[in-house]
Amino acid sequence: MTVNAGIEPRSAVIPALPTLSGKPVIRRRHQRIWLHFRHNRLAVAGGILLLLISALAIFAPTLAPYDPAYIDLGKASSAPSWQHWLGTDRMGRDILSRILFGGRVSLGVGFAAMILGTTIGVVFGAAAGYARGAIDGILMRFTDMMLALPTFFLLITVQAIFVPSVLNVILVIGLTSWMGVARIVRGQFLTLKHRDFVIAARATGCSKRRIVFSHILPNVTSQILVSFTLGVANAVLVESALSFLGLGVPVYQASWGNMLMDGQMSILTGAWWVAFFPGLMILLTAEAINLFGDGLEDALYR
Amino acid sequence: MGSYILRRLLLAFPLLLAVTIVCFAILHLTPGDPVTFLYGTDATPAELARARAMWGLDDPIHIQYLKWLWNFMHGNLGRSYVDGRPVLDIIMERVPATLTLTLTAFVLALVVGVGLGVLSAMRSLSLVDYLANLLATTLYSTPSFWLALLLIMLFAVQLKWLPSSGMISVDGPSSLGDRLAHLVLPAFVLAFREIGRLIRFTRASMLDVLRQDYLRTAVAKGLPASRMILRHAFPNALIPIITVVGLTLPTLLAGSIVVESVFSWPGMGMLAWDAAKARNYGILMGDIVLVGALVIIGNLIADVAYSVADPRIRYGKGEASAA
Repeated sequence: MTVNAGIEPRSAVIPALPTLSGKPVIRRRHQRIWLHFRHNRLAVAGGILLLLISALAIFAPTLAPYDPAYIDLGKASSAPSWQHWLGTDRMGRDILSRILFGGRVSLGVGFAAMILGTTIGVVFGAAAGYARGAIDGILMRFTDMMLALPTFFLLITVQAIFVPSVLNVILVIGLTSWMGVARIVRGQFLTLKHRDFVIAARATGCSKRRIVFSHILPNVTSQILVSFTLGVANAVLVESALSFLGLGVPVYQASWGNMLMDGQMSILTGAWWVAFFPGLMILLTAEAINLFGDGLEDALYR
Repeated sequence: MGSYILRRLLLAFPLLLAVTIVCFAILHLTPGDPVTFLYGTDATPAELARARAMWGLDDPIHIQYLKWLWNFMHGNLGRSYVDGRPVLDIIMERVPATLTLTLTAFVLALVVGVGLGVLSAMRSLSLVDYLANLLATTLYSTPSFWLALLLIMLFAVQLKWLPSSGMISVDGPSSLGDRLAHLVLPAFVLAFREIGRLIRFTRASMLDVLRQDYLRTAVAKGLPASRMILRHAFPNALIPIITVVGLTLPTLLAGSIVVESVFSWPGMGMLAWDAAKARNYGILMGDIVLVGALVIIGNLIADVAYSVADPRIRYGKGEASAA
């Protein structure tokens, strides 16, 4: 037995030594994170479900049995059957196809809106957290004000005024969901700015830009990632709510929220499938993203 | 503690002012105006200009805002563009309905959410806890309008146990029982997501507290577990929960827009939606400002409650390092 002087080899290739207990040797941080994540069955299930739904959305043109906009009044409001697995709506459009194409819109809007929102939030939070002082004060008061705004009321107002389009929806949702990320990033920057490694970087003459991007920011990425993931779930729900009120994506574009708006009228005639399946998809998507995001948060921090 | 409350109060007014400025800017700087919307198709440009002058829409925007602000401080919120009635009256008609709905949902969410969260934390890592966590995430991810439609289908159309819309029955007596029956579904749907959020948050907060050493010491010294939870663990766990509860009110108000529109509940949310569709600026400004004020008040109450519950905030001059 050699005495280990406390110096670990830094080579990229680490020989896989067998251990007495037979458990795998964890040498890298991402191995620990993955192992922790893997054991969380709900999170893994969420991740798989999310991949499945994304695949369905991406491959919608190939998978959809019918054209989602094809109107066939002869078959209006028919129950699920072998020809139409999920039934048809009031205009005779196949629900399964509309769900597949609608998924593209709903998921796409959710992702895009959160990318926008997270970017804005990171910029605000980093600027406030790094600069501190007056800039921090101004930025944070602005953030507080945005948080005090009744966002959904504003959303419906803005959407009612502008011509509805997918881009609009992405913009408004993105511009109103950055505050949470900003606060988190700012908090992290405030803490990390006083850590030894940052002080050392400043002492060795690193430019501010380098400190922010190469030193502090990499340590904030896990927070940002978790925030982003959970934000996408929220964005999907907000988009579908807006579309349900008729203030989201244009009506000719299938979106899960839109379909529920149609379904509202079918309910009274007993055609439950028109509203049930799109809403179920929203639920499953949001749940998958939330479970996955929770598992991610858990694995990154425990 | 007085100075703390005073400081928070003083911050609230500029915040509300900023909210009004932003709302005003968004409403008026966007293309289209209510005059075009109302009379656009069958009016000449001269008539449109006259209508604008009548409503004061041809002033420069900062003048319009200052006029609005002046009126606002005198309690005059302008008139609705659609029917000319004072905005304040229209909104005040709707406030009780929304408050009934929102407060009921609030109490429901608090009781069920916090209760289940505490239970879940106490039986941590058991099957009950696992299922409760899954349930909470499901509750949190459900679109409220979908749930509303399903419940209407089930309880109103199929079973005919509960009414499907409105606050009171149009043809029957408006007894207390009738009002309660109308309240059940909307309040439940509104509270649904919040219950999920509160279960998760309460559970996490309780778990954090239950891990503390001082509780283990107390139990080791002979304190019965029930008393330990009631008098030590739970009050300390409540502190972060209060901040979340403060955020619950704005979320419920936002959710009320959708729920009110599905159930045709005559409240502020549905008013806002109708006003948005009709570009009725007067009502929209009044509605948004009122909701914004309620949000700020809610946060203020939460802050004060937080400072009452946690002495460290009161005496720490803002140094809130809740270890």
